[in-house]
Amino acid sequence: MLDTARIRPDFPILLQKENGRRLVYLDNAATSQKPRKVIDAIVHYYSFHNANVHRGAYALAVEATEAYEAARTAVARFVNAWAREGVVFTRGTTESINLVAASWGRTNVKRGDTVVVTAMDHHSNIVPWQILCQEKGATIRMVEITEDGRIDLSDFGRALEAKPKIVAFPYVSNSLGTVNPAAQLSKLAHAAGAVTVVDGAQSSPHLRVDVQTIDCDFYALSGHKMLAPMGSGALVAKPALLDAMPPYHGGGEMIERVWDDRSTWNKIPHKFEGGTPNVEAAVGLGAAIAYLEQLGMEKIAAHEQELARLTIERLSQIEGVTVYGPRDHRAGVVPFTYGDIHPHDLATILDRDGVCIRAGHHCTQPLMRRLGVAATARASFYIYNDLDDIDALVTAVRKAGELFGVPA
Amino acid sequence: MSDLGELYQQVILDHNRNPRNFKRIESANRKAEGNNPLCGDRIQLYVLLEGDTITDIGFQMPQGSGCAISKASASLMTDAVKGKTAADAETMVQLFRDMLSGGTNAPGKLAVFSGVRAFPSRIKCANLAWHALHAALQNSAEPVTTESARDF
Ligand SMILES: Cc1ncc(COP(=O)(O)O)c(C=O)c1O
Repeated sequence: MLDTARIRPDFPILLQKENGRRLVYLDNAATSQKPRKVIDAIVHYYSFHNANVHRGAYALAVEATEAYEAARTAVARFVNAWAREGVVFTRGTTESINLVAASWGRTNVKRGDTVVVTAMDHHSNIVPWQILCQEKGATIRMVEITEDGRIDLSDFGRALEAKPKIVAFPYVSNSLGTVNPAAQLSKLAHAAGAVTVVDGAQSSPHLRVDVQTIDCDFYALSGHKMLAPMGSGALVAKPALLDAMPPYHGGGEMIERVWDDRSTWNKIPHKFEGGTPNVEAAVGLGAAIAYLEQLGMEKIAAHEQELARLTIERLSQIEGVTVYGPRDHRAGVVPFTYGDIHPHDLATILDRDGVCIRAGHHCTQPLMRRLGVAATARASFYIYNDLDDIDALVTAVRKAGELFGVPA
Repeated sequence: MSDLGELYQQVILDHNRNPRNFKRIESANRKAEGNNPLCGDRIQLYVLLEGDTITDIGFQMPQGSGCAISKASASLMTDAVKGKTAADAETMVQLFRDMLSGGTNAPGKLAVFSGVRAFPSRIKCANLAWHALHAALQNSAEPVTTESARDF
């Protein structure tokens, strides 16, 4: 396991008390906390290098551009991108997917076509496709999940019979913790003639990701879930696809030449980065990646999987607790319910002990319907969580049981 | 634990476990749906308004939906307004809302919700049923959400 005693002091927020208790932050699937190194990188950028990028002819502007582009190189290396030109900075996963839907989707999806998503997708990998399909008169096909919370491969196969234009799925589910066989799914989808869009919001922070091995076409990630600032993120794509796609946002930076009535486009990735970018976010993302790489993604994955395993084991010992998701192939996400205590009540009670968990539908309403629950409670781990956090969680859950008198 | 005890008072836990007027009313002439988009909780409210009097009222929440606070609030609300005039009910909506936004306690049993004030993330849960009641009395067809809550 990771040496959390050395990691925790790097995170200023973890030193703070919550309701007079040690902060037990177990909502990492929603967003991660930020280490001093990331916070410092942003302060340093504004203190010494701030200028608008790609425009100024003076030294400061060159420095800002270099800082921004160095972050692009870091992202490319981090996920083994096809090329650094294939890394488009966005506000996060949601914007990345909307970019693909609005640009590749609008160009290639026609009336009568099919777009495939899965029942475990986050709303941000469902709604952009619904909007596209409604506009084009195309059909959304949602692939079912198995009882134990994996993508149903036989239903996936049936969905591919419609020869979909796009197949979208999450690498890791934020509501179940399932790690999907991304390479296998992508291969099957390609054989059916589709392009694949992988929602990497929950994989990028927690696993060693290699987009070339997965061999998807588009990969979306959010920086804020991996130690970086909110508003940082990227779309990683095959350069040939990006080259052929029309722009997403028109404006400065994304053009080559502008006439009165028409324009030509800048090269990728700039073609997709209209307007002044969030340089601070990119710089923070670069610093976050350096921090994660230093720990090692394999070690991070093993640490979180061990925490999840122990948590599942201990929660399952409490009469009335149900844990959702598969037994194996899961990341550090533990969704559960406890008797008839509503997850919101659980979250409120846990909060009083400084334990932060998420309660609700986790932006996966189609999945919740299939699980037959309105909401779940969810504990999700990251590099700074340790065995004490699990103790605090389990103790607080038991306390909730006493308060509500859960029939054992 | 003491402030949790303030929130989850025995009356609230009891109404959560055994909600009153937890029923659909076929002959209801006023209906409203309330949503709390934050947690996905939904309430369906049925009101039978005869003349100016609420002669019957019931609510339902889809299975598994409805936290202790929203369910107990709906249950106590239906008890409190049954038999009242629409105007009196609207006054209670106002009193309840005032209590949660820091004012004086609402009358009778409704005062048990004063503890919710210390839990800002749960105020919407307590308000949900009251939003729905207001919508039903206004006869508005649109589902109300704890987010829009125009008239509140
Ligand atoms: C699986 C998954 N996809 C997409 C998103 C959306 O990410 P963001 O809100 O950063 O765009 C999230 C996070 O909430 C997520 O967990």
